[in-house]
Amino acid sequence: MHNLKLASVVVGLSIASSGFAATEIEWWHAMGGANGEKVNEIAKAFNDSQDAYEVKPVYKGNYTETMTSAIAAFRAKQQPAIVQVFEVGTASMMAAKGAIYPVYKLMKDSGQAFDESAYLSAVTGYYSNSDGQMLSMPFNSSTPVLYYNKDLFKKAGISQAPKTWQDVESVSNKLLASGVSCGFTTAWQSWIQLENLSARHNVPFASLENGFGGLKTELKFNGPLQVAHVQKMGEWQKNGIFSYSGRTNDGAAKFYSQECAMFTESSAGYAGIKRNAKFDFGVAELPYWEGKVKQPSNTIIGGASLWVLQGHSKEEYKGVASFLSYLSKASVQADWHQFSGYLPITKAAYDLTKEQGFYKANPGTETGVIQMTTGTPTANTKGLRLGNFVQIRGVIDEALESVWSGDVDAQTALNTAVERGNAQLRKFEKAND
Amino acid sequence: MTVTFPQKGLPWLLLLPQLLVTAIFFLWPAEQALEQAFYQEDAFGLSREFIGLENFAALFTDPLYYQSMLTTLVFSFSVAIVGMSLALLLAVMADRVIRGKLAYQTLLIWPYAVAPALAGVLWWILFDPSMGPIALWLKSAGVDWNHYLNGNQAMILVVIASTWKQISYNFLFFLAGLQAVPRSLIEAAAIDGASPFKRFWTIVFPLLSPTTFFLLVVNLVYAFFETFGVIDATTKGGPGQSTTTLVYKVFNDGFVGLDLGGSAAQSVVLMAIVGLMTVIQFRFIERKVQYS
Repeated sequence: MHNLKLASVVVGLSIASSGFAATEIEWWHAMGGANGEKVNEIAKAFNDSQDAYEVKPVYKGNYTETMTSAIAAFRAKQQPAIVQVFEVGTASMMAAKGAIYPVYKLMKDSGQAFDESAYLSAVTGYYSNSDGQMLSMPFNSSTPVLYYNKDLFKKAGISQAPKTWQDVESVSNKLLASGVSCGFTTAWQSWIQLENLSARHNVPFASLENGFGGLKTELKFNGPLQVAHVQKMGEWQKNGIFSYSGRTNDGAAKFYSQECAMFTESSAGYAGIKRNAKFDFGVAELPYWEGKVKQPSNTIIGGASLWVLQGHSKEEYKGVASFLSYLSKASVQADWHQFSGYLPITKAAYDLTKEQGFYKANPGTETGVIQMTTGTPTANTKGLRLGNFVQIRGVIDEALESVWSGDVDAQTALNTAVERGNAQLRKFEKAND
Repeated sequence: MTVTFPQKGLPWLLLLPQLLVTAIFFLWPAEQALEQAFYQEDAFGLSREFIGLENFAALFTDPLYYQSMLTTLVFSFSVAIVGMSLALLLAVMADRVIRGKLAYQTLLIWPYAVAPALAGVLWWILFDPSMGPIALWLKSAGVDWNHYLNGNQAMILVVIASTWKQISYNFLFFLAGLQAVPRSLIEAAAIDGASPFKRFWTIVFPLLSPTTFFLLVVNLVYAFFETFGVIDATTKGGPGQSTTTLVYKVFNDGFVGLDLGGSAAQSVVLMAIVGLMTVIQFRFIERKVQYS
C-alpha cells in the first residue's frame, strides 16, 4: 500500500514536471577548454533567466568535426536546432537552402525584435545575403593582428611597432642584428597573408565581389600585389626575417620561446599569448604595403557563426529566437568579448566594454576592433563566400609551402593555386546549382 | 582435412554472427561507397545527380593523384619494412632474455594500446622544430630539422609515428612465432657448428615465414587504410603534398571538405588497389612461404 502511494506520487510528479517542462534546444558547438566552459555558463544564465526554454550546449569537437556531425545528423534527421559553423563553411551552409532557417527570417517569424543595424557591419556582412539580411548569427569573430615582443624590440633599439611591411623588414633586420633568430612568423597563412592581405589593400581575392555575387566566382589572388607579397615572404624565409611554422597556429611556440619577435595571428589569440608570453608584448594592426594603398581598408573576419537548422517545431524556434536575442544583449556580448578575445558583434557591446574601462586595463585588446571598423567595408573587404573553401585553403597552403621552401616562384605557385582552386569552385557550383 | 557437421543448418548458425558483422560493417558501407562514387551530391544530401564516371575521370586526369599514389607506396612499404624489421630484432632479443622476460614483453606491447591520433600528437611534440626535444637534439647534432618545410623530413616523421605502435603488434606475432620454433632443430645446428647468425638465417627465419607473410599483408593494409589519424595530427598531408597519402586524401576530401562523391570514388580506387596487392601477395609471395 505504502509502495503504491509512493508510486502514484512519483507518477504524478513526473506528469506534473513534464507538463511544465521547458522546451529543449540543442546547440552544437566547437568551443573547447575555457571558451567551452564559458559557453556552458552563457547557456545556464539564459536558462535561469526564464523557464520556457532550455538551451543545451553540446561540444562536438573542432570546427570541422562539429560541421560534419551536424550535416551527418541532418541526413539522419537528428539535427540540432543551432550549430556553430566556421567561416569557411559559410558558403556550404548558405547553399543548403532546404537545411537552414535564415536568422533574419526566424526572428521575423517568431516576432522577436531584431534590429540589424545594431550589429557591426564588418562582422555581419560576412554572414549576410546580397540584400544585407543576416543568414546566421555571428558568435565568435576575430581578425588578424600583429603581436610583437617589446623586450626584444627594446634590446634591438626599436621604439615603435611596425605599421607597414616595409617597417617589418627594417625592424626585422635590426632584430636579427641584435641576435634574435627570426623576425616574424605567422599563423593561418592563407587567411592572414592572402585573404586579409587582399582586403587590407582593397584588392579582390575572387571575382563577383569575392563570391558574394554568386556561384560563378573565380579566384583572383594571383594578382601583382599578392604575388609581390608572397615573393617577398619567400625571400624573407631565406634570410631569416620570416620563419614558417605550419598551417595552423603552431607558430605561437616560436613567439613564446622568443625565437621570433613578431607573430601575425588572430585577435582571439590574445588570451593564450597573455598566458604564455613571459615578456612584455604589444598588439599592432596588421601591416600593409606602403605605396600600394593610401589608407588601408578594414580586415576581414574569421571565426564562426551560429546557424539555425530546419526540421524543428515552432515552439523550439521561438526559443531559438529568444536565445539569439539574449546572446546579442550588450552585457552578454561584452562579457564574451572580454573573456575570449573574440570581437564584439554589436556597437552597444563595444561601447559598454569601453565604458567599463576594459581596453585601458588590457592594452592591445582594442586593436582588432579598431582595425575591423575603420571605414565602410567594400566589395573586397566584406568577406569571402567560396564553395569548397576548405579544399581551396588546402590548395593555397600547398602553394605557399612550395614558395617558402624555394621550390617554385610566387607567380607560378599562385597561378597553379588559382587554377586548382577554380576547379573546386566549379565542382561546388555544379553540385549546388 | 574437412570437418563435417551432421546438420546443414548448424555451420551457418555458427557463422551467422560473424557474417552479420561483415555484412553490416563492411559489405553494406562498401556498396554505399561504390554507389556514391557515381553521384555528385551536396553536403546535406538535398540534391543528388548521377554523373557516371566523372568522379573517376577527375581523379585520373589529376597529376597530383598519381603523385599521391607514389607517396602512398613509399609510405606504406617504409612503414611495413621498418616496423617488421625492428619488431623482429626486438623479438629475437626478447626471446633470449631470461630474467624479467615478462616486464620487457609487456613494455614492448604497451604502445599498441595508444590511439593513433594520440601517437601522432606525441611524435608531433617530440619533433616540433622549435620546442621538440628530438628536433632540438638533431639541431645540436647539425641536422636542420624542419618538417614544416622539408618534405622528406615530414615523410620520415609520419613513418616513425605510424610505425611506432605497429612495432608492438608485429613484436607479439614474431615472439609467438619464435617460441614455436622447435629447440631441437636449433640445438642440432649448434652442435654442427652453425653460427648464431647462420642458425637464424637458415632455420629460424624460414620457419617464421608464415608469420612474416601474414604481418606483411596486415602491415600494408594498416599503412594503406588506418594511418590518416596520425598524418592529420602530425603533418596534415604537407608540406605541399609530400605526405598526402591516398587514405588521407579520402579522409580530407570526404570528412573535412564534404565532397562525398569524389571521396567515395577515391575509396573505391583505394579498395581496388589494396585488393589487387593482396592478390599479388598471395599469388607470388606466398609460394615462398613454408607452412610446416
